[in-house]
Amino acid sequence: MNETQEPIGEAAAVPADGHAAQAAHDEHVAHDVSKHIRGYLMVGLTLIVFTAITVGLSYVDFGTQKANVAVAMLVATFKAALVAAIFMHLSNEKRMIYRILIFTVFFVLGLFFLTYLAWYDPIVR
Amino acid sequence: MEIPYTVTARPDTGLWNAKVGIWLFLASEVMLFGGLFSAYVFLRLDAPPGHWPHGLLNVPVGTMNTAILIASSVTVVMAWASLKMRKFRAYWWYMLVTILCGLIFLGVKLAYEWPEKFHHFGARIKTEALEKYEPYLGNKHLLAKGKEPRIEITGHLHNEKALNDPNIDEDEVALDKVNAEPTNPESDRPHFWPVHHTDKIAHIDKKDVEFAGMFLPSFSTYFATYFTITGLHGLHVLGGVLVFIYLWLPVGANLYKRNPEHLANRVEVAGLFWHFVDLVWIFVFPLFYLL
Repeated sequence: MNETQEPIGEAAAVPADGHAAQAAHDEHVAHDVSKHIRGYLMVGLTLIVFTAITVGLSYVDFGTQKANVAVAMLVATFKAALVAAIFMHLSNEKRMIYRILIFTVFFVLGLFFLTYLAWYDPIVR
Repeated sequence: MEIPYTVTARPDTGLWNAKVGIWLFLASEVMLFGGLFSAYVFLRLDAPPGHWPHGLLNVPVGTMNTAILIASSVTVVMAWASLKMRKFRAYWWYMLVTILCGLIFLGVKLAYEWPEKFHHFGARIKTEALEKYEPYLGNKHLLAKGKEPRIEITGHLHNEKALNDPNIDEDEVALDKVNAEPTNPESDRPHFWPVHHTDKIAHIDKKDVEFAGMFLPSFSTYFATYFTITGLHGLHVLGGVLVFIYLWLPVGANLYKRNPEHLANRVEVAGLFWHFVDLVWIFVFPLFYLL
């Protein structure tokens, strides 16, 4: 998230006074990063609180075991999304990374779908 | 030779190369763990009633390890941010804490959690003999409550050598609370604090047992998946710690002097891997410890 929003191809056009530009760039980045530190700490705290919530909810009877699994997975997905979006900077990343991840999501969903098919319609001898 | 695009963006991707590299690697990791998790889902959905155990892992210790891993994710992102702000001392300390968190996580797993399982005994009773062990299983009580039956008797095996001795035809077990008081409503659901085995002794005839042994991967589908997934996850933690140690040693300081941005990028890439390992654990923890 701390990448500055530069157009693609920025690196190809380094100005003649590269050092001064780099120093200015560094200062800009340092300022940008320091703004996010509080956010990182808050996300860490949120994750720990939600870990406690996950543990607590697992001792609550939601009727069926399946319902308990669904609730726990919902909380886990929220936590995972926080890690991916903030710690892994996915909330603000370059297009190339999203392109890679679109394929990943497609294939991993396909993998789970195959598993589902195998369970739903097993080969029985 | 100068390696290009370690700190500057490549014109066509808009990113320095290692960033693309780590994301391609993480994409393959998603498929690796995705395969194992889908196997978990498949095996669990098809487990006959009573064949997926609950409450056999140490929840407080698992919770603590989860918190440690989350804390290390925070410290590694702080280490990276420190480098971006050109505060090397702070980076060094944050990195040290990250390494220690990783080592504690591994230490707890390898020195405590796993060995505890290796010394925990269980016997899966044959269907036709379940009636005989009803005093330890309490299945009539569970049936009345609409709960899954118990098919396992667990506890502390007095003589581990007896397990494979053909001259000894029964296993003497100090029962876990769940089998010592099977009709106690408290035994209906797993509890947060693990309970030490009781003094109540049971003798289980080897003829009545479908499978008996320690909680090894061979014991049940549950433990096979548990050890496979936590084992692979543990290897990832180990890999991450080794990379962090490398970046924390003087090698890192030297690189920092030459090109601080290059070290920051290396830490970012290693950190991305670490966050992924944390992300996997976020799913592992409830699936195996809690549900």
